[in-house]
Amino acid sequence: MSTVPTPEQPKKKRLTRRELERRRMLIRSGAAGAVAVTAALVGLYPVKAQVFDRLRPPGALPENDFLAACIKCGQCVQVCPVEAIKLGDGTEGYGLGVPYIDARGQACDFSCDAVQCVLACPTGALSHDISAKEEVFIGKARLARPSSCLAMKGLGFEGHARGQDFEGLLRYEEIDRWTPIKIADHPYDLELCDLCVRECPIEDAIYLEPLSGDDGDARHQPIITDKCVGCGTCEMICPTEPAAIVIDTEQSIERQKGAVS
Amino acid sequence: MSVKWYLHKLAMMFGAEARRPNKDEETDAARAMKKFQKTPEQTVERRKIIQHELDFPVVSNKWKFARWTSIILINVMFIVSFAWDVQLVEGAMTASRFLGFHMADPTGALQVMLAFKQIMLNLLIGTVTVMFIWWFFGGRAFCSWACPYHLLAEWAEAIHLFLAKRGWVKDHPFHRGLRVVLWFVFMGLALVTGYTAFEYINPVGIVSRALIYGPSLAVLWVVFLLSIEIFFSRRFWCRYACPMGLTYGVIGTAAPIQIKYELDKCVHEGECRAVCLVPHVLDITKMGYAQDTEEFIAPDCTRCGLCVDACPQGALSFTLRGLDKVI
Repeated sequence: MSTVPTPEQPKKKRLTRRELERRRMLIRSGAAGAVAVTAALVGLYPVKAQVFDRLRPPGALPENDFLAACIKCGQCVQVCPVEAIKLGDGTEGYGLGVPYIDARGQACDFSCDAVQCVLACPTGALSHDISAKEEVFIGKARLARPSSCLAMKGLGFEGHARGQDFEGLLRYEEIDRWTPIKIADHPYDLELCDLCVRECPIEDAIYLEPLSGDDGDARHQPIITDKCVGCGTCEMICPTEPAAIVIDTEQSIERQKGAVS
Repeated sequence: MSVKWYLHKLAMMFGAEARRPNKDEETDAARAMKKFQKTPEQTVERRKIIQHELDFPVVSNKWKFARWTSIILINVMFIVSFAWDVQLVEGAMTASRFLGFHMADPTGALQVMLAFKQIMLNLLIGTVTVMFIWWFFGGRAFCSWACPYHLLAEWAEAIHLFLAKRGWVKDHPFHRGLRVVLWFVFMGLALVTGYTAFEYINPVGIVSRALIYGPSLAVLWVVFLLSIEIFFSRRFWCRYACPMGLTYGVIGTAAPIQIKYELDKCVHEGECRAVCLVPHVLDITKMGYAQDTEEFIAPDCTRCGLCVDACPQGALSFTLRGLDKVI
């Protein structure tokens, strides 16, 4: 008696070599797609976790809009006369290729006068709504380390503000109206350290206030007004290490408000 | 050219398999020519020609070197503009000003507009300018004539082929539809997340910025992609993944500059397909696959000219559409 295979019985389909290759190819393609999308999504983490707290160039939109609107071309970097603008690296997630300012290293001192970076931006990520340095909001200065501030101690300052090897540039209008020079080429001799006030490019953004009414008391406190645009010149010039005065980004101002309330 | 056949060529760019033309798509002239080529005398003749090609190989690198010069020149213009402050082309491959005129990478610009949800005029002007330029050259000429990653990938490909010849590595093909899926996923991500997610892994932007502004850690991603191309899959990124390539391909579908294929000169030995980045566009050079005696190759072509250099019979050539009618 021979067994006749019933028609219902599913024949185990054997794939030809060609079909097997194709199946492998499709699986591979799916996997490659998943890897590419995952890799692109990795960039979300540093942004959402706010791993970096970057000062953005003048005219920058609020952080999330800024990251969206920036096309990562670096035209702002190219026009800056003091090269204050740097581009973010891969560790910054979607901040890759996005411009930021490291004020301590090189602040935006408005040497260009007319917010060149804003004019250079092809997308409006640096908003074209501003046209003067007073309208800029990069962040706001804060006396973060009052105990190390020389003025707060009533001390003067003599020598190179940031040492002789410091590469940072600053425009000294009394020396050359058009060309910024190295801070290292411009030593100071001050009876009372007022570098942050002296070199501030914005009028009435910062002033020194005596700590007491006593005439014999040389101690002064730097007071930052609402005119401060957060350009970071004070942070760059501050001779203490680390800087007594720092710039808070909009994000960190928000966070501090949150922590207080 | 029948509309159906043209649509098929277009569909190949979106992942469709290359195929033979149907009886109704094939022209009478092509049918007659194919029949003629299959006669015993012609077959013998063709074998003789191919043997001669093998015995006396002619190597031409005319278009390759023209192209490498173009890629290097364009990228050096970017580098020099910043390094020496000559303001020739300011910016990077993603967006720039060429002598003051806005230029923008269409894929990047689209992502920015989707993420930011606004139309930016300067960006739009730059995008249209760039689209017009690359439309003229056709296919995805940007890839092989300007893209800095393309040049690196070409060198990686040479290493891959060297290793493959010795059997040390094997090419693993992927489905070309992957690129289309990735295009939509990345545009979708820009719209949904509000970030230009693709720019995070876009090797074109990364390489271009690294050249102009100095290297960054992101270059490691490019090294990873190149090592995939050397050890695992020939020209992986450009062939199967890059959304920029797809955008440029769509822009250049109906371009003035084309690669013309002449059936009567072809001996079907496949030199052209062996060197091509997108060999599916050259499937018409297989025996019996041509639709007409003279036709333009499919729009996914990068106009790299490797096939023009490779063809010993001169069956493939650069041409300006309609030029023969004018002169």
